[in-house]
Amino acid sequence: MSYAAVHEDEHHDHKPTGIGRWLFSTNHKDIGTMYLVFALIMFFIGGAMAMVIRLELFQPGMQYVDPQFFNSMTTVHALVMIFGALMPAGVGLANWMIPMMIGAPDMAFPRMNNMSFWILPFAFTLLLSTFFMQGGAPAGGWTMYPPLVLQLGNGFPFLIFAIHFLGISSIMGAINIIATVFNMRAPGMTFMRLPLFVWTWIITAFLLIAAMPVLAGAVTMLLTDKFFGTAFFNAAGGGDPVMFQHIFWFFGHPEVYILVLPSFGVVSQIIPTFARKPLFGYASMVYATASIAFLSFFVWAHHMFTVGMPLAGELFFMYATMAIAVPTGVKVFNWTATMWRGSMTFETPMLFAVGLLIMFTIGGFTGLMMGITPVDFQYHDTYFIVAHFHYVIVPGIIFGIIGGIYYWLPKWTGHMYDETLGKWHFWLSAISVNVLFFPMHFLGLAGMPRRIPDYSTQFTDWNQIISIGGFVFGVSQLILVWVVIKCVRGGEKATDQVWEGAHGLEFTLPSPPPYHSFTTPPEVTDATAHS
Amino acid sequence: MSVDKLKQTVLGLIAVSLFMVSGTVFADYALNLTEGVTPTSHRVYELHMMILYIVTAIGIVVFGVMCWSIFHHRKSKGAIAAQFHHSTTAEIIWTIIPIIILVAMAIPATKTLIFMEKTGDAEMTLKVTGYQWKWKYDYLDEGISFFSALHQDSNNARQRDSGIDPNTVENYLLDVDNPVVLPINTKIRILTTAADVIHAWWVPALGWKRDAIPGFINDNWTYIEEPGIYRGQCAELCGKDHGFMPIVINAVSKEEYAVWVEEKKAEQAEAAAGGDRERSMDELMEKGKTVYASNCAACHMPEGQGVEGLFPALNGSAIVNGPASEHVNLVLNGKNLMPAFKEQLNDVDIAAAITFERNSWDNKAGDVVQPAGVKAAR
Repeated sequence: MSYAAVHEDEHHDHKPTGIGRWLFSTNHKDIGTMYLVFALIMFFIGGAMAMVIRLELFQPGMQYVDPQFFNSMTTVHALVMIFGALMPAGVGLANWMIPMMIGAPDMAFPRMNNMSFWILPFAFTLLLSTFFMQGGAPAGGWTMYPPLVLQLGNGFPFLIFAIHFLGISSIMGAINIIATVFNMRAPGMTFMRLPLFVWTWIITAFLLIAAMPVLAGAVTMLLTDKFFGTAFFNAAGGGDPVMFQHIFWFFGHPEVYILVLPSFGVVSQIIPTFARKPLFGYASMVYATASIAFLSFFVWAHHMFTVGMPLAGELFFMYATMAIAVPTGVKVFNWTATMWRGSMTFETPMLFAVGLLIMFTIGGFTGLMMGITPVDFQYHDTYFIVAHFHYVIVPGIIFGIIGGIYYWLPKWTGHMYDETLGKWHFWLSAISVNVLFFPMHFLGLAGMPRRIPDYSTQFTDWNQIISIGGFVFGVSQLILVWVVIKCVRGGEKATDQVWEGAHGLEFTLPSPPPYHSFTTPPEVTDATAHS
Repeated sequence: MSVDKLKQTVLGLIAVSLFMVSGTVFADYALNLTEGVTPTSHRVYELHMMILYIVTAIGIVVFGVMCWSIFHHRKSKGAIAAQFHHSTTAEIIWTIIPIIILVAMAIPATKTLIFMEKTGDAEMTLKVTGYQWKWKYDYLDEGISFFSALHQDSNNARQRDSGIDPNTVENYLLDVDNPVVLPINTKIRILTTAADVIHAWWVPALGWKRDAIPGFINDNWTYIEEPGIYRGQCAELCGKDHGFMPIVINAVSKEEYAVWVEEKKAEQAEAAAGGDRERSMDELMEKGKTVYASNCAACHMPEGQGVEGLFPALNGSAIVNGPASEHVNLVLNGKNLMPAFKEQLNDVDIAAAITFERNSWDNKAGDVVQPAGVKAAR
């Protein structure tokens, strides 16, 4: 052991330099960094589209863009954020942290890891190039419902193949994570000793493998309907346009949990650290996460209650959707119980975690409301649903990812970030995100449909408040970039443990950790297991 | 936004976040779901309020515990961390209680849903067909049918850089040229379907929305209890002008409805009778202008300039300036994204629109297409 420690630097820690270090990287940390940087760039591209949307909706009448371009903005905003920002950010965190958390030197398939990242820039080049094509960028909604999506011009095949590439990338990433966790755990790191972030990622990886091929199948059928004369989704040819929605949401609902579970994992790491208290109900957290994932395959049709299903179908999907509230509630109660009688401090990661806890719960409440079929007939396709899923995604998923970045940034860079800037980032984001999304509930209930480029004058006041919240939230995110750059360049030296209450293998490594995380597997006991 | 309005909105926000105001105050600020005017909408509203109160109560408890913990269990207040990490009793309790609450919510929800699905025993049937971007209404028992599109005032104001302030337009984007007239106190079966892409027919006051899907027919019902004008919109993204195909219901007494039916029938008979009459260029150009505005301008744009890459320009187009027979054929039968207008418009309207297109902007075909010619080409 001591021999390995002494010689580790000489033999293993010389990293490749220049552009080759990134292009040909097989290192989980470098690939993790690339995923995170890519996600950040996409976050700002998708965010810029949201700013265009909010600018046009600032007042009634059409001022800045045409309706068709507006539809492209809503469509591509969603595709970029979901597939370009949220999923890669989750994979980036997984790449960085999973080997360090389970006591492994790297991921199981380093070259596949490289490939699954480098597919992404090409996939998004395909997608974003459609803006310059005849017929413009996709404008039929990110859900790509036929027959509308088939009206897209030359960009159509580019959309389909971008989706295919993203699916391949995700599946490779998922296989890698499963292989890594199943085979490369340190001695003594049993499954029930895994940090919860690793658990949520295993479950996410299985969801990816189950769900992404379904999406690939659905978009392939769109492709053949458009170019090869099939009629899967064309009633005139014996097909069924609603069948696409069933297939799409069979992917789409698990996708929601693919996005959110990694953030749940991050929060389950952060809260015990800053409460200086072990996570409450570790085992029930694991079972609750697995139950949510399992149930997520039986609730898809709640996204499409208004298509006109038989009564029995509507009842089944209503009951199944309500059932998901139970394991989700267990998670929220467990996090609260972890905080209870702790000794809490509120550094930036903890602020984002508590922000997630409160605001995700609000999104959960509206989710429960929409699960009730007869009332969903009113809520469906209004700003109420826009408010709901943005509460889940922005202060839910994104706050989790940002919290994770603040939490592990000192570990990654070896420097503490600027705590004052971090707090500014949190408070500006937390306030503006509510100004941005809370009034959308009122608009939806008052009757404003979603995906409209212009609205009746009675909705003006709330839309103006929403747009102001949106602009402030957008600008606030630049603070994150500033903090990260500042932290990479220098700052107060971080200790190995970084945070007073931190536990887990990643905090036994130096800050920054060596290029190959654990060349000698550590011994894990009950005492050193999960935080 | 005036200071008064700002004050109102802030007060509204506070009121809602405290949940201490009655339902009517909610409605004044347009913050809450409408109670509507049908037995269904009343039930849906009650269910909505019940769940809203339940989740608010749960929220107060859960957030209360969190806040208590955040304020009292701080290191800076000298809190020392307990080390408990498990309690089977607590976990069983917070699994069982939510299940009980959910069952309590599911029972009234199931009853309401079953009530909404009883579409039988209707006294009349209205078929609603979604088109890009207007609605067609067929009164199946009366043989009345017509299209309903965005009102011309709204349509002018909503053009980009129109220079018209939407605040000066009455019921901006929520007004149509031909409202759908329905009798009150009548069980009406409403069928929804579509001709091109999926739309959704939604009038909040009725208490539901339902998708209009090409090739499929959904059935629904309503029973309007109070006369009045009820407005709604298409709720499913259906392309470029999805935001510009509103719905207006004019609910009237049964007697007034009967009068309206007779008038409408007479009007349609008159329109059908005079179909073959020879018309002057001026007459066709004038009619064509309105037909073009409500049927063609959405894609080919008000000045015939089209949308690059999506919808071809008509100004200077080879087909518009070529032989009239090809032009008529294209309009009747459609091509690619262009719908077949033979099912949507009568001979007079098609003849007028084509004549207008051939003699407007830079187009100088100079010929007149007569309704009889269109009839022959069908």
